[in-house]
Amino acid sequence: MQHAAGVDTSHGVILYLEKISVSFEGFKALNDLTLYIDDGELRCIIGPNGAGKTTMMDVITGKTRPDSGLAYFGQSANLLEMSDNEIVLAGVGRKFQKPTVFEEHTVFENLELAMKTNKGVWHTLFAVLNSEEHDRIDQTLETIGLQERIHDRAGLLSHGQKQWLEIGMLLMQDPKLLLVDEPVAGMTPQEMERTAELLESLAGQHSVVVVEHDMEFIRSIAKKVTVLHEGSVLAEGTMDEVQNNQQVMEVYLGN
Amino acid sequence: MRFIKNRRTLITGASFLFFLLLPLIASALGDAYLVTLFTRILIYALAAVSLDLILGYGGMNSLGHTAFFGTGAYVVGILAFHIQEETLFLSWPIELSGSSNAILVWLLAVLFSAFMSGLIGALSLRTTGIQFIMITLAFAQMLYYLFVSLEAYGGDDGISLWARNKLPIFDTADDTSFYYLCLGFLVIFVFLSYRLVHSHFGRVIRGAKQNLQRMQSLGFPIYRYQLVCFIIAGAGAGLAGALMANQSEFVSPGLLHWTHSGEMMIMVLLGGMGTLIGPILGATALLLLEEFLSVYTEHWMAFLGPFLIIVVLFAKRGLYGLLTGKEVNDE
Repeated sequence: MQHAAGVDTSHGVILYLEKISVSFEGFKALNDLTLYIDDGELRCIIGPNGAGKTTMMDVITGKTRPDSGLAYFGQSANLLEMSDNEIVLAGVGRKFQKPTVFEEHTVFENLELAMKTNKGVWHTLFAVLNSEEHDRIDQTLETIGLQERIHDRAGLLSHGQKQWLEIGMLLMQDPKLLLVDEPVAGMTPQEMERTAELLESLAGQHSVVVVEHDMEFIRSIAKKVTVLHEGSVLAEGTMDEVQNNQQVMEVYLGN
Repeated sequence: MRFIKNRRTLITGASFLFFLLLPLIASALGDAYLVTLFTRILIYALAAVSLDLILGYGGMNSLGHTAFFGTGAYVVGILAFHIQEETLFLSWPIELSGSSNAILVWLLAVLFSAFMSGLIGALSLRTTGIQFIMITLAFAQMLYYLFVSLEAYGGDDGISLWARNKLPIFDTADDTSFYYLCLGFLVIFVFLSYRLVHSHFGRVIRGAKQNLQRMQSLGFPIYRYQLVCFIIAGAGAGLAGALMANQSEFVSPGLLHWTHSGEMMIMVLLGGMGTLIGPILGATALLLLEEFLSVYTEHWMAFLGPFLIIVVLFAKRGLYGLLTGKEVNDE
């Protein structure tokens, strides 16, 4: 099966990371990390500070090149040979911790800017949205639940709403794999709940990798959890399995 | 929200009506000089609006905008000079004479200013921030010294025009007619700018001002966007320069001096950056203040300075922001 975005997930796996090692001036940020993400899966990744979560995201998005190892997007796209832009175009979207929405633009305009379309100068000088593009924006607005704020400036949104808008902008780029960095940091419990629903609704159509500290949040969404420690995978499984894992208790949960 | 919108419309409409009726007011007061003064105001308003496209909307802090204003003026000046001297502008490879045909000369002025801004912009836009300010300033000063050293075209003394460029039917020599011509150009340019900043293109440009990297990561070739915006602004300034040369019937390197760029920047800041009506108000306020303060003292700058500081400190979007009452967001 070949996806429209050009990702070959015929083996049911969308991301392969094998024996990845990265070191910065002697410090091993990633150490022989091996991780597979299934097509359509929602995976949570936890780990103490310095466990290598951000470095792992950087490797997947082409921001950091590993010293050794393999990274494939689907069966055939070698992430280590692609530029960061090519990786985005291939269908890997990343949401950073801090929302970077365009505060002076409206919610609608933010989504419009993020839309996967012709971004050349001459095109945008005379472009008018067609109905299909309008529908896509409407659909995304519905997914992130911001229909009523459509014409408000993004700067007026609450912190949680900005995060959702950011996720919506990511969706407008039509990614197959979404990397989401600490989505609920600073959110109210209600916003957290809403975010959990949002991420769950995305799984299936997209593969979603969430890096998060908040245990309650992870428990509420995760089917499968990967624990990172000192740059490699310490444990993998359901939240209960992971929490009862002896090693995990020792290094991470601390009890 | 609706109230603010109405006040905006009111200010825009009132300004337009005022400019439309000004020649009548001038003749009622019997003060013909008012028309000349306000023609200058309209021309500087055009230049200030063009500067605001890159400054307020694009976040490109250019201190060399007068390079394009001066280029436009010198195109008019040089072509008129060859008519007056009855010499050829170019004798090889083809013979080109000067011209006083307004349509041809002004079109050339706009095209050549656009070309110059393309050249300067292409190099300057590889930098950002303070480097961009300095490099645009440097280019403008280079042009300034180039024209100072061009003895053939009057050097420091510049070129005096014997007459304005001529249009068919329309009498450009008549001050009131010329005033309305400038008003027409200003209205057209503001309308085009309005369309531009509200297009998808405009949203990209405004987005790049807020967060350049983010815009790039969304896949927009921002450098090209900024360059196109820079060229459009340069073309607008070139038109203003061509009109200025006609209005004063005089062209000199002073038009290209960097303080002239600074004056345009003050107009934008004073009137309201990131708005299209603001620079018009700014140009009006600055030139009127200059006009009336200089009657009482030659140190009028000393009064203008504090005034500018007060407006910039207390009105987030300059005079336009003050008049519309609340903080005005992007138009």
